[in-house]
Formats: sequence, C-alpha cells, structure tokens
Amino acid sequence: MPDFNDYGIGNIIVYLWKLLGWWIGSLGVPEPWVTVIVTLVAIVSLATMALLIPIFTIWLERKLAARFQDRLGPNRAGPYGLLQSFADVIKLLGKEDITPTGADKIVYNLAPLVGVLSVVTLWAVVPLASTMVGARINVGVLYVIGISGLGTIAIMMGGWSSNNKFALLGAFRTVAQLVAYEVPMIVALMVPVLLAGSMNVADIVERQDSMWYLWMAPIAAALFFITSVAEIGRAPFDLLEAESEIVAGYHIEYTGMKFGMWMLTEFLHAFTIAALTATLFLGGWNGPFAKEFPLLGLVYFFIKTFAVYFVVVWSRSTFPRIRIDHLLSLNWKFFTPLALGALVVTSLVMMVMNEFAASASVMARTVTLFAANVALLWFVFELIRRSARQARAEAEGGHDEEHASHGGDGHHDEHGHAPASAH
Amino acid sequence: MQADWIFVGLFLLIGIVFPIVPIAAAYVLAPKKPNPAKYETYECGIETVGEAWVQFKVQYYIFALVFVVFDVETVFLFPWAVAHNALPLYMAIQGIIFIFLLAEGLIYVWRKGALEWV
Amino acid sequence: MSISQILFLIVGAVTLISAVLVVTMRNLVHAALCLIATLFSIAVLFVLLDAGFMAAVQVVLYIGAIAILIIFAVMLTRRVMADGSEQTNSQWPLGLAIAAAALASVAALLNAPVWPALPSVDTSLSISALGKALASPDGYVVPFQIASVLLTVALVGAIAVAGEKK
Repeated sequence: MPDFNDYGIGNIIVYLWKLLGWWIGSLGVPEPWVTVIVTLVAIVSLATMALLIPIFTIWLERKLAARFQDRLGPNRAGPYGLLQSFADVIKLLGKEDITPTGADKIVYNLAPLVGVLSVVTLWAVVPLASTMVGARINVGVLYVIGISGLGTIAIMMGGWSSNNKFALLGAFRTVAQLVAYEVPMIVALMVPVLLAGSMNVADIVERQDSMWYLWMAPIAAALFFITSVAEIGRAPFDLLEAESEIVAGYHIEYTGMKFGMWMLTEFLHAFTIAALTATLFLGGWNGPFAKEFPLLGLVYFFIKTFAVYFVVVWSRSTFPRIRIDHLLSLNWKFFTPLALGALVVTSLVMMVMNEFAASASVMARTVTLFAANVALLWFVFELIRRSARQARAEAEGGHDEEHASHGGDGHHDEHGHAPASAH
Repeated sequence: MQADWIFVGLFLLIGIVFPIVPIAAAYVLAPKKPNPAKYETYECGIETVGEAWVQFKVQYYIFALVFVVFDVETVFLFPWAVAHNALPLYMAIQGIIFIFLLAEGLIYVWRKGALEWV
Repeated sequence: MSISQILFLIVGAVTLISAVLVVTMRNLVHAALCLIATLFSIAVLFVLLDAGFMAAVQVVLYIGAIAILIIFAVMLTRRVMADGSEQTNSQWPLGLAIAAAALASVAALLNAPVWPALPSVDTSLSISALGKALASPDGYVVPFQIASVLLTVALVGAIAVAGEKK
C-alpha cells in the first residue's frame, strides 16, 4: 500500500491515483489492465471536469457580460444566480428534440458529437500540474492543431445537414474564417516550439520555469490569443453566428440537448483556448513552489486560465463585430505576414545568441527577444502608416470614390467595425 | 511513448461517449408531440422557397487553396523549429530561406488581388 | 497475437470499409465524410506503428486541410448532390481482375524474404533528428528547399487556375 507520507498534501492527487492502482491490483486484476483501468479513471475524471466547467463558465460569462453592460445578470436562481446554469440544463432536458424534414439524419445527429469530441480531447495534452501532465506525446502542438480541424468538420457537418439556408451560410462563413485564421495561428505556435525545442506541451511548460514565453515572444502570444478567439467564433469574430444576419448560423435547426451540446462546445472551447494560451505562453502550472507542491501548480494553472478567460469575455463585450472583408484582410495582410516576421526574428535572434553568446542568461535572452519583437512591431506599424497615408493622399487628390481598396496595404484597422456584411 | 498514445486513444473514445449521455437522457425525458409544422425548415416565420443549396463564391475555394499550401509548409517547418537550437548557424538559416520563399508566394497572391474579398 | 496487432487489424478493416464507402456512396458529401473517416483511421494506423509525427501530419493536413478543400469543391461545383447514374460499366470484370492481380503481387512481394531488418529507432528523438536531417547539407536540405519552391509554384498555379480573369 502506498504510504501517504511519501507524497504529502501537495501531491494528494497522485497519492489517490496510486492508492486506486494498488487497490485494483489487490483485487487480483493482472498488471497491464490495472494501468488501463487507472488511466481510464483519470481520463473520465478529467473529461467530466472539462464537461462541467462550462456550467460554471456560462454563469461567469453571463455575470461578467452583465457587469460590462451595467446590469446585474442572473441573480434569482440560488446565491448570486449560481444555479442558473443548472436550471438551463434541466430546461434543455425537457425540450423536444426536432430533426427538420429535409435534414440528413445521420450527419445531423453525428455533428454535435464530433463538435464536443473536438474540444474535450484537446484536454488530453494540457498539463494541469507537474505530476498531472496528461499525454506526453512528442507531437502535442500538432495534435492541438489537428483536433481543432475536427471542429471545423463538425461545423461543416451541422451546417450542411440541417438543410437550411442560414445554416449553410453560417457553416461556409465559419469554415472560411477558421481556415484563414489557422495560418497565423500555426505560424505563431512555431515560436514557442522553437524556443522550447520540443512540440511536447509538457516540455514547453517545463522550459518556462524561469521565464514565461509571453515575454520572450509577445507578438506570437498576442497572435495566438487573437487567432484563437477567431477560431472559437467569439465577438468580435462572431460572423458565423451573427444573430442579426443569419439568425444563429450552423446550429439554427438544433433543439434540446443537441443544441445544448453545441453550446457546451462553444463555451468549453473558449475556456480551452484560455487554458492553451496560459499553458503555452504564461508558463502553465509554473509558479513559486509549484514543483514541490503539485497541487499549488493546479491552482496557478487555473488562476492563469481564468485570467485569460476574463480577457476573452472582456473583448467579447467590448468590440463590435468585424465585417467579413475586413476580417479576411486583417488575417491575410496583417496577421500572416506578422506571424512569419515574428518567427524569422525569433529564429535570427536565437541563432545569433547561440552562435556568439551561448552562455547568455535567460534574462539577457528575454530582453533581446522582447526588444526584437518591439522593433518588428514598430517597423510593421510604420509600413502600415506610410501606406495608409499614401492611400489617403491618393483618395483626396483624385477624388476617388472607392478609396484605396486595391492599392492600400494597411486599410485593415480603423474602419473595421461596421456590423453589416455580405457573405 | 505508447502509453501516452493509449491515453489519447482512450480520451478520444470517452470524448465521443460522453456527449451521448446527455443526449440519450434528453431522448428519454423530453416530450414527443410530433406535428408537421414543427419539422419545417426555420426561416424567420415564412415558408421556405427552393432548396438550401446555394452556389457559393469561388473566393472560398481560393482561400482554402492558399490555406492548404501554408498548412503543408508547417509540416516542414515544425521539425526545423524543434531542432533549431541544436543546429549550427548555416543549417538553421535554411529555415529562414524556406520562410522567405513562402512569403514570396504570399506577396504574389496579394499583388494578384486574390486576397481581396470581392 | 498481441493487443496492438488485433487493434491494427480492426483499424485496418475500418479503413478499408470506409474507403469502399467513399466510392460507393451516392451522396457526394457523405462520400467526403467517409473519406475523412478513412484518413482518420490511417492516422490511427500510423500511431499503432509508433509513427506519431506521421499521424499528426495525417490529421493536420488531410483532415484539417485537404478534406475541407474537397468539401468546398463539392459544394462549389455540383448543384446535384446525388448522382443517379450507374457506378460501373461493362468493363468491371477486367478492373476486378487487374485489382486482384495487383493484390496478389503485393502479397507475394511482402512474403518474399528480401526485406532487411530495420534498425530500431529512438522515437523520443525522432522529430529533432528529422529537423536536423531536413536542414543538413548531408541530409535533405535540397529537397527541403525544393519543397518550398514547389509550394510557391503551387500557390501561383492555384491562383492562375482558380482566380477570376481580370
């Protein structure tokens, strides 16, 4: 029987895990199956946690959004309205399940399952604490990208099978947006991979014990965060739902619990990208004494995740929806070149440091990388300013009605906030 | 290594089983009162005209093509990024050349106007 | 037979069945979804062969990119979803014979004792080693750069073919 004193209070979860393994083994179960059962228990508890988080974050988000809009938010069901989400779940359970006549039954019912799958399984590679790292696969970052791709397929399936014009339009907008924003996201993800020298998410976290990658790669961190928000289809990138234009988008025909599964997917995805940002750029479970007391690492991880999640909600309730042509120009003409530039700059700085100052401290590396990032950003903004000035001069000089929508390289900022759109 | 992939495999299995549970619960608990009007396609209250099938713009396809090219590029660049810090200067620079060749393609597409949403 | 061998057979069977469904499905979108199932089970086969990187690449590229492209193509070009025409013509016995001959020759080749034993690979180092090989002049730096040029050419070609004439 494992001795509690070997583990201590900071490592209690690992102790419980070992205790379970010992107990199952003592029942006479052969060795490989003990590992499988114990792993299964760990996975089921992790997945359950992942699926229960949205019940809390939906309440949190409604409360926060209400505060941003100077309202009270849910406050009737339970203390501070905490039971509101439970009431919603019970309501969804009692709703009739409708499959519209023209719908493709199999694909229609499969789509929400694939949607949930594509988000829940992201948690397989997220290290929660130094002793709870999930799967240490050496392609962790690629796994995250690949599984997100499944989510795109799920939305496509839902939108197409509903046999509804709004749903199909929503699905097409979504896929165009997700596909476009995946490019800068992947390139931005290469920066932490380059710095850590590994694609294993657990390794990337461990390499951040002395310095977060947020300071070593601020541009990549910002790009990853923004493109992730686009990836989950949150405001200001919520064209895929756009209530005022295409009603609800790809899940318009879904009712009852299947609609609930789409909601679950969306809210869990929002929380998951917060967790991924915290993991890849904010040091994950790293913090004072996190190595000695793994339980503390879990606390740090969730504090960081909720901090990022707060920013997600904040931007959702602050920014208006972006127009689709601006959305795509922003991606292809600003984010993608910037991400490539950030990768090149990081690579060059690391190359020079490795060659001429191999003994440089982490602090020196961080300062150099940060300065290089700031320089790149300044350079890019200077380029944008020049081209915008030129475009403005042309527009004013030639009295051109459609001002500079072809020659201008930098018309993606200021006027990107009109809510109207053509698909 | 294999143990970690077993973890991922079991996670995928659980990930598909879990959402079935609430849907099945709702199937048992939810009322069923079929009515032909209920099963009509929703379109803001008016009856649907024609089929949902609409011809989409070719622009979607071009964006997808550009995306595929960039996606393939990552397959080459990720191993380079992993090995980067262990590479000597003349080998690490190869990745930069790779990125510049790719950026050239992006600039070409940009100048051709294929990135405009018309 | 070990558990992983049994799993391999099951996943292999799933791959084959979904591949057959891809060509027999009447509905183009269903066929595309079956293709995704095929590609995904090939990724699982890669994992069972301890080729994690290939599995990830398979999912990222084929499911994340190529499958999306195929669905886009289906949705952009065809107004008729279900094609009612015959799926075979009078030459199907000939095709079957050729396929059977190909299968037989592959099986014979696999059974022939000409395959050298592969050296065992340290999978924990493989991606770093791959990166090194891609950038090394003794390795594959020329194919690496040619791939980049090829991708640029593909981009130019894509615009030339699919772009609207101005």
